[in-house]
Amino acid sequence: MKLMSDPRLLRARQILSRVKRVYVVMSSKGGVGKSTVATLLALYASSTNLPSGLLDLDFVNPSTHIILGLSAESIKYREEKGIIPHRTGLLNYFTIVTYTRDLPLALRGDSARSALREILSIINWGSLELLFIDTPPGISDEHLDLLYSLRGVIKPIIIATPSKLAWHSVLKLISILRDAGYSEIYFIENMGNGELEYAAKNSGVTYLGNIPFTKHIELSIGNIEKLLQLDVKTHINRILEKLTAT
Amino acid sequence: MVHEWALAESIILHIKQHGHVNIKKLRVSIGVLQSIDKEILEYALRELAREYGVKLDQVELVDEYPLLKCNICGYEWSINPGEISEDIREAVHFVPEAIYAYYKCPRCGSLDYAVIKGRGISEIAVETYE
Repeated sequence: MKLMSDPRLLRARQILSRVKRVYVVMSSKGGVGKSTVATLLALYASSTNLPSGLLDLDFVNPSTHIILGLSAESIKYREEKGIIPHRTGLLNYFTIVTYTRDLPLALRGDSARSALREILSIINWGSLELLFIDTPPGISDEHLDLLYSLRGVIKPIIIATPSKLAWHSVLKLISILRDAGYSEIYFIENMGNGELEYAAKNSGVTYLGNIPFTKHIELSIGNIEKLLQLDVKTHINRILEKLTAT
Repeated sequence: MVHEWALAESIILHIKQHGHVNIKKLRVSIGVLQSIDKEILEYALRELAREYGVKLDQVELVDEYPLLKCNICGYEWSINPGEISEDIREAVHFVPEAIYAYYKCPRCGSLDYAVIKGRGISEIAVETYE
């Protein structure tokens, strides 16, 4: 008797169920700072002694290692019944660039989906408090896999900038998430000053806060010490407080 | 290489989810591209079967050789994992899709090709006593 369906998703579910809070960081449009926000949240959480993780699932354009100032060669995983993530301070971290040497990786949807399932099923995150999963922009095969296969384990965080175009596509993303069974949807306004708070609350999503535009982020890319001293750190910590209070 | 443990656990969880706990024979087809150590995989399968309360008698692990096909020119070819350098082989062992970073279609040079066969676990079949 042949057994259908992908066995890897079961282990993925089991592994992620051991993490107290798993947030999938999404954006309906590119260029809204999703990877930066995901990285900062994971980094700031780890700096407050919370066992935290960051998983970069953007295979085609991985960038979290650049934000953290890590070269592909410097990221090392331990092997123990799968893979133990790289450690940077208290931050547990995984990116595919270790295996691709940061070379361009052009993946069709089914290959990206398979890579996602493989990675989710082999990384042993342990019992972290918080795990942030950075995803590619838009809604692709990887998102659908995450949303439908890991329902009940993950919670979505939408990132958007205060622009009419961005908000228009956020509404579509909210609709997709609700349709997939997600009633708890979080929202962060990036590079804004609260312009989207009313619209977010009106759409029934939880507005976690805003991170104002600051040139300090760009100037601090690649330097963890500087990233932890940003002029918007109060905003980041406030968002984390809300996330850990849920 | 202990990726085998993770694969074995996925397989045992899968079998259990289908309600099988009394297995006469487990047959798993594995793509050789992933360079799975079959001895370690079988050991992990038996250990985990015990841990999860699954009775497991025979284990048959079948090699599946790679077949790649270019989505642009239609050319089909294979890769011998023995000829892949050690570091790339290790990368592909953990995430087989890493192969797309290192190989192109040998005929037209396209990056747009598919691994048709031989990637990872392609089939799990069980014969039960039930």
